Amino acid sequence: MLAGLLDSLYGGISIGAVLLIAALGLAIVFGLMGVINLAHGELMMLGAYTTFVVQNGFKSLGEPWFETYILFAIPIAFLVTALVGLVLERGVIRFLYGRPLETLLATWGVSLILQQFVRSVNWVMVIGIALFCLLFFGALWVLSRRADFPRIRSWAIPTMVVLSLGIVFTIGKVLSETFELGLTKPWFGTQGVDVTAPSWMRGGWMVELSEGSFQLSYVRLFIIGLTILCITGIYLFLQRSAWGLRIRAVTQNRSMSACLGIPTGKVDALTFAIGSGLAGVAGCAISLLGSVSPNTGQNYVVDTFMVVVVGGVGKLVGSIVAALAIGTINYLIGSGILALLFQPIEPLFDFFTFFATTSMAKVMVFALIIIFLQIRPGGIFPQKGRSYEL
Amino acid sequence: MVRRLGRRKFLIYGSATLGTTLLLKACSEPPAPDTTGEATTSDSAAAGGNGDTIKVGILHSLSGTMAISEKSVVDAEQLAIEEINAAGGVLGKQIEPIVEDGASDWPTFAEKARKLIDQDQVVSVFGCWTSASRKAVLPVFEEKKHMLWYPVQYEGQECSNNIFYTGAAPNQQIEPAVDWLLENKGKQFFLIGSDYVFPRTANTIIKAQLAELGGETVGEDYLPLGNTEVTPIITKIRAALPEGGVIFNTLNGDSNVAFFKQLQGAGLTPDKYPVMSVSIAEEEVKAIGTEYLKDQYAAWNYFQTVDTPENQDFVKAFKAKYGEDRVTNDPMEAAYIGVYLWKQAVEQAGTADDLEAVRKAAYGQKFEAPEGMVTMNPNHHLSKVVRIGKVGEDGLFEIVNETEAAIEPVPWNQFVADTKGLGCDWSDPSKGGKYKLKDV
Repeated sequence: MLAGLLDSLYGGISIGAVLLIAALGLAIVFGLMGVINLAHGELMMLGAYTTFVVQNGFKSLGEPWFETYILFAIPIAFLVTALVGLVLERGVIRFLYGRPLETLLATWGVSLILQQFVRSVNWVMVIGIALFCLLFFGALWVLSRRADFPRIRSWAIPTMVVLSLGIVFTIGKVLSETFELGLTKPWFGTQGVDVTAPSWMRGGWMVELSEGSFQLSYVRLFIIGLTILCITGIYLFLQRSAWGLRIRAVTQNRSMSACLGIPTGKVDALTFAIGSGLAGVAGCAISLLGSVSPNTGQNYVVDTFMVVVVGGVGKLVGSIVAALAIGTINYLIGSGILALLFQPIEPLFDFFTFFATTSMAKVMVFALIIIFLQIRPGGIFPQKGRSYEL
Repeated sequence: MVRRLGRRKFLIYGSATLGTTLLLKACSEPPAPDTTGEATTSDSAAAGGNGDTIKVGILHSLSGTMAISEKSVVDAEQLAIEEINAAGGVLGKQIEPIVEDGASDWPTFAEKARKLIDQDQVVSVFGCWTSASRKAVLPVFEEKKHMLWYPVQYEGQECSNNIFYTGAAPNQQIEPAVDWLLENKGKQFFLIGSDYVFPRTANTIIKAQLAELGGETVGEDYLPLGNTEVTPIITKIRAALPEGGVIFNTLNGDSNVAFFKQLQGAGLTPDKYPVMSVSIAEEEVKAIGTEYLKDQYAAWNYFQTVDTPENQDFVKAFKAKYGEDRVTNDPMEAAYIGVYLWKQAVEQAGTADDLEAVRKAAYGQKFEAPEGMVTMNPNHHLSKVVRIGKVGEDGLFEIVNETEAAIEPVPWNQFVADTKGLGCDWSDPSKGGKYKLKDV
């Protein structure tokens, strides 16, 4: 009994931890800021690809270093995706605050762009993008020094766009024709790439009990530890730091915070970057469990929204409880343990045996969530207070 | 004070940029590859085989989710066509492939098949991977009385007069694999697969076969395509097979990666829990990672390591054309065979245009393929040798078992009640695609 109980507990927590680490970034972006970010899964995918790149870098360094690559991959994945998130917020999302429908469509578009980017990125493309930014923003900077800039900007900017695009395309064409495959070969391609856990993380920890033994996978334990670390970090940041205070203030009342001199634009950018960075860490974690391919993110985005909505939008603790609850229920139904518990009662046993496959367990979990949200539309921990409208 | 970029301006500049990009892209489109160039010149000559070339269609997904797998099949088909052309072509004419993209979208497959037949007037089509795409083009080929060469192992239960199946029927992959496992690895099977038609049909067959041969199915589970959470399944496997046993894996795509990574993490090692896969070939091993797959098994008709002179030439030619890091696998080889068998049939019929004559000539064609001698049967499937491979250190398969002789294909499954006692023979007009076998 003890072994079974421990095993169920472990199974539930390990599924819940993956859900939670994936949903943590979204709990901030969607929960605190109210931005429906459908590109969240793709940010995770970028984190996973960053892990792949770091892994390959460490592979070339040799044996003792390779074993530690994952420790470096996590902060690097955080930084890379936080940077992408920052660009995304400054470039797209800040124009769309308060308009959820358009945000939804725009971020979905961004998710498709990111997927295709990973499929086809090569040196020519990267050089082209960098060159375009350099030319266009450089020209803009030079022009903005001129006294008559406001007068000429209406035609100067389109001219600059066309000019820099022309230069970039010509150079790109020349480059791809001179160097051919050397520069035009895709970095990753459409096929999934292979992230290998360091050897100390393969295998697992044998737990010997009187009535049987089972093995706790090191990767799962690592992910559980990482999730706890991330939650602690986020909690301390939000509750104990000056910027965390500002973020909470802006979340509660944007215009009042602005009146009091809090730079709301900066706070938005920072919050979104942190949420995206957490997605990157999650991507790093899932690359140890599953495949890394351009579609990786799509498999997670629905689950993460589910966790945040069930937990209650705007409450981190809600997401934690929801992820663990969904994970445990999913595990109990899917692995057939629930069916075994009801063995004496014939109809219930048949009912749960029917749902004891992975795809049917998912159906059951979704049905339960729909029923739950009928009873408590605000989630497990709904927002209190009248200032907040949902 | 600097004016901020307003929303309206943002939209205007945005669309201007997009427009310019599209324009530039259109202008800078590289000169079309020579296939299309030839097509325009020979259009006027004549369609089909009356001109200097014989046109054939290649119809696979070059974009979308299936592109990963299908692109390399196109490579193999083009290699075969190139080799035939270099050796003088068919009936003294060069073969001219017309490549169309089915875009991983089944209606598009049907549309492109129609286009190849009506507009390009090809004399044969090589194409498709998924069963869904084959089912989508099947009515087109039957309506036009045309010819499709299908190169992938599939679930069977089909026998069309207008399709030649050069991959394995279930009795040439799944059934021998089960036989071998029963003999060498144990009697208790756990079945795991992706949740769609092929794994479900395959598992129906396996369960029937195990019941007949004294094995036992201790559990089965299906994962939605793309799902990567396999913890509940591993618990079920451990509960059903506490002392170890055989896992038969028909998972497809990304789920395989998650399954093997987490299987190893949970301590289910190949010595106690050998996994037999039917969708993992050399390319997939590369993507999953050899360290997770080492010592697991797969069943195919062809592995890159098959030791025949034909295979050495095939692998060498393929690597020379597409790069040293490329590998060859079963569907690629089946596609390669398809082109050669079509060529032999055309030569025997003496014409490429009379499809009926080509079809009749195809029966009984033998070809010394990389996998060994294959023979086209009157039921449109090939007799093939079946092999079991074990993943080695280098990511290639070490062949641990192969059938002594080629196995005859059985398209209608004899373990499934609906199709028990049915056969297929298109060489005899009175029998056709579905007739009652006498002895049942």
